[in-house]
Amino acid sequence: MQQDARQHENTLLSVRDLEVSYGGNPVLHKVSFDLKKGERVAIVGQSGSGKSTVVAAILGLLSGAGRISGGSILLNGEDLADASEKDLRGIRGKKIGLVPQDPMSNLNPSMKVGAQIADALASNGMRGREAIKQRAVELMTEAGIRDAERRYDQYPHEFSGGMRQRVLIAISLAGEPDLLIADEPTSALDVTVQRQILNHLQTLVDARGTSLLFVTHDLGLAGDRTDRIIVMAEGRIVETGTPWEVLLNPQEDYTRRLVAAAPSASLAADPTSAPMAERQGPEPVLSVRNLAKEFKLRGQRGRRIQAVDNVSFDVQRGTTTAIVGESGSGKSTVARIILGLETPTAGVALIKGESIATSDPRTRSALRRIAQPVFQDPYGSLDPTFSIERLIDEPLRIFKVGTRESRRERVAELLDQVALPRTVAQRRPHELSGGQRQRVAIARALALEPELLILDEAVSALDVLVQEQILDLLGDLQDRLGLTYLFITHDLAVVRQIAHNVVVMKTGKVVEAGSVDQVFLAPSADYTRELLGAIPGAAFAS
Amino acid sequence: MAVTDIRTAAPSSAGLGSGRGRIWKSLRRNPLGMAGGILLALVVLVALLAPLLAPYDPAQVHFATPFQKPGTVGFLLGTDDLGRDIFSRLVFGIRSSFEVGVLAVLLSVIIGTPLGLLAGYWKWLDAIISRLNDVTLAFPFLIIAVGLVAITGPSLGNAALAIGIAHIPAMIRIIRGETLRIKESDFVVGAKTMDASGGRIIFQHILPNTASSLIVQATVIMPAAVIGEAVLSFLGLGIQPPAPSLGIMLSDAQQYLFRSPTAAIVPGLGIAAICLAFNLFGDALRDALDPAATSRKK
Repeated sequence: MQQDARQHENTLLSVRDLEVSYGGNPVLHKVSFDLKKGERVAIVGQSGSGKSTVVAAILGLLSGAGRISGGSILLNGEDLADASEKDLRGIRGKKIGLVPQDPMSNLNPSMKVGAQIADALASNGMRGREAIKQRAVELMTEAGIRDAERRYDQYPHEFSGGMRQRVLIAISLAGEPDLLIADEPTSALDVTVQRQILNHLQTLVDARGTSLLFVTHDLGLAGDRTDRIIVMAEGRIVETGTPWEVLLNPQEDYTRRLVAAAPSASLAADPTSAPMAERQGPEPVLSVRNLAKEFKLRGQRGRRIQAVDNVSFDVQRGTTTAIVGESGSGKSTVARIILGLETPTAGVALIKGESIATSDPRTRSALRRIAQPVFQDPYGSLDPTFSIERLIDEPLRIFKVGTRESRRERVAELLDQVALPRTVAQRRPHELSGGQRQRVAIARALALEPELLILDEAVSALDVLVQEQILDLLGDLQDRLGLTYLFITHDLAVVRQIAHNVVVMKTGKVVEAGSVDQVFLAPSADYTRELLGAIPGAAFAS
Repeated sequence: MAVTDIRTAAPSSAGLGSGRGRIWKSLRRNPLGMAGGILLALVVLVALLAPLLAPYDPAQVHFATPFQKPGTVGFLLGTDDLGRDIFSRLVFGIRSSFEVGVLAVLLSVIIGTPLGLLAGYWKWLDAIISRLNDVTLAFPFLIIAVGLVAITGPSLGNAALAIGIAHIPAMIRIIRGETLRIKESDFVVGAKTMDASGGRIIFQHILPNTASSLIVQATVIMPAAVIGEAVLSFLGLGIQPPAPSLGIMLSDAQQYLFRSPTAAIVPGLGIAAICLAFNLFGDALRDALDPAATSRKK
C-alpha cells in the first residue's frame, strides 16, 4: 500500500476502467489512463469517439441521462466518480480549469470581460475588490491581452475570436488549477491565431507546472503540443503513445488510417499528389478580372468595408484552383460573386467569357448550368423536408430536363457516381450522416452536368476520415468528368492534397498566386510563410 | 469507393427514425402532453358528436323543472333557470366554441401565412405589410369585434371573423420571422444558384419549413379564440340566444349564481378544459417539432 502510493505520487489524474452510460447504453468502455503532474496529454478522436464524454465525466458535467456506470476517476487520490455535486463544485475551477471550445458562446455577452474574470476569482474564494481587479488584469496580461487595464471594461463583442479565447484561458487559470482541460480550444479559430494561442497556453501551463489534457480531432495539433497521445474511437482507447510513436509508427489499423487521412501530418510526405499543373488549356473556364466588392456597414453612417479588392485570377479547364485565406479575407465573397449571389462593385467574373452579372436572364440561366456550388455545411444546404431524390432532381425540374422516368434514371446514375446506394433516394437528409449528405450535395451539383464546381469550404465541417473520402471522390470525379474546381478553404493542408494552383488572399487582396508547388515550397509573401508555418503537425511530415 | 461508405453509413439515424415517427415518439415520452392530447381528443369527439350525446335539444325549455340539481333523473347536470338541460347545453356550447375556434384559426392562417411569406421574402413588400400590420395590432380585439358587430349584426360567423382578424398580425409576424431565417439558409441560396424562381423558393422550400411554427401557433390561437367567443357571447356580441354557447350560459347563470352555482361552474369548466387541452398539447407539440430541442437531446 505504502509503496503503491509512492509509485503514484507523481500521478495527478488517474482514470480507471471508466464506463459512462446514457440510459442503459454504455458509450465509454473501460477507459483508463494516467496524467502525471506537469504532463501534457492529448485525447484525439473523431466526433462520436467519446473524447468529450471523458472530459464531461471528469468534470461531473455529463448531460441529460448520462451517468458514470463504472470505474473511477482519481484526482490527487480523491475519487471524482462518486463525489457529490457540492464536492465537485469545490474541485471545478480550483483544481480543474476548463478552456471550452467555442469562444463566441462561452462568454456572457452582456457582462464586461473583466467582471467575468473577477467573478471566477471571487468564486474561487478571493476577497477584496481592488485585489481581485488587480489579479484579473494580471491574468489578462498573462493570457496575452495587451492593454489589459483598458480592455478590462470592454464587452465580449469588442473582442475578436482569438482575444475571447484568451479571456477564457484567463478565466480557466483564475483558480490556479492543477489540471487544465482544453476541449478543442482553437477549432473555431484561424490557423495563425490558433498557433499564437496555443503557444501562449503552452508557455503558461509549463511555467506553472500545470497538467494539460488537450482534446482535439487534429492529430497534427496533438503531436505538436503534447507529450503523449491517446487515440479514441467508439468509446474505447485505441492506442496510446508519444507523438512520434503514434504519428510515425502507429500500431493499430484505425490509427494508421487516421494518420494517413490527417492532411496536416502528410503535408510534404506526398509530393506527387498534384503534378498536373501543366494541364493548362488555352482558354480558361473561369476568369476573374479586377474584382472588387465594397459593403456598407449598417448603422455606422456610411462606413464601408472593402471585402474584395482588385482580385484577378484564371482557372483552367480540368484543374483545381484553391482560394486560401483566413476568415474575413474575402474568399467567400469572391465565390458568391462568381455564383451571381452578389454584384461586384467593380471588375468582372467571366465564366467561359460571359459574366453572370448580366441583365439577360437567358445568359444567366445558361451560366448557372455551367457553374454549380457545394456549400460547407451539409446540414444546412439540403432542405430537410425534401427526399434525397427530390433534392437531386430539383435542378433538372427547374431546367425542365427530361421526363419523370429519365430524371429518375439520372438520379440513380448520380447516386452511383458519388458512391451512395440507390436506396437512399427515398430517404430524407436527416437520416444520413454528414459525409453522405455532402455526397448528396455533390450529386445535386453534378445533375446539370456543369463544368465548374465552386466548393466553398466543402470538406471543412467533416471528420478527417470522411474528409479524405470526399476529397478522393472529388479527385475521382475530376478525372472521369473533366470537371474544373474552384476550391475555397482555410485549410492549407487540404489545398496541398487536392489543388493544382493556389490563390492566397488576405483582407480582400491577393497576396500570392501560383502553382501549389511554387507556393508551398518557395513562398514569396511573408503572409504565406506565416500561414504555412502555422500548419500543425509539420514536424512529423518526414 | 463503395467499401468506404460502410463507415459513413453507420451513425445515420439510430434514434431518429422518420420525421413523423420522431414527433410521435417525443409526444409519447411527455406525460403532460399525452394528457393534453387525450383531453383534446375528448373535446373534439364531444364537438363532433354533440347531437348524439345530448339527450335534449339545448334550447328546449322545461318550465316545470327549473333549477334541478345535478344528478336528477333525466338531467345529468341539472337544469338552469328556464329548465333547460345543462348537459345538452354544455355539449352544444363546446361544439360552437370549437366552430368559432376552427374558423378563426383558418382565417388567420389563410390570410396571415401568405402575407408573412411575402413580407419576409421581399424587402420592399415588408415595408408595406409590416406597417399595415402595426396599425392592425394597435386596435384591441374587442374594438374590432364591436365595430364588426355594429356593421353586420352579432352572429357566430362574425365572432369568428373578429377573432380571426385579431390574430392575423401575430401570424404574419411569426411567418415573416421564419421566412427571414429560412431565406438565409444554404438550401435557399443553393436553389437560387439553380436559377429557381422566387415563387418556387417560397412554395417549395420556405413554406414547408414553416409548417411546425404554423401548427404551434394554431394551437395558441385556438384556446384564445375559445375564450374570445365566450367573452363576445357573454357581452351579447357573439352567438345569439337561444343558440347554445358557453359564454351565454355564463352570462345567464350569473343572476342565479347563489341559487344554482352549477349553471355557472359547468360552462366555466368547459372553457377551462378546452384551453387546457390545447395548451398542454401545443406545448408538447412545440417540443416535438423543435429541431433544436431534439438535437439537444442527442
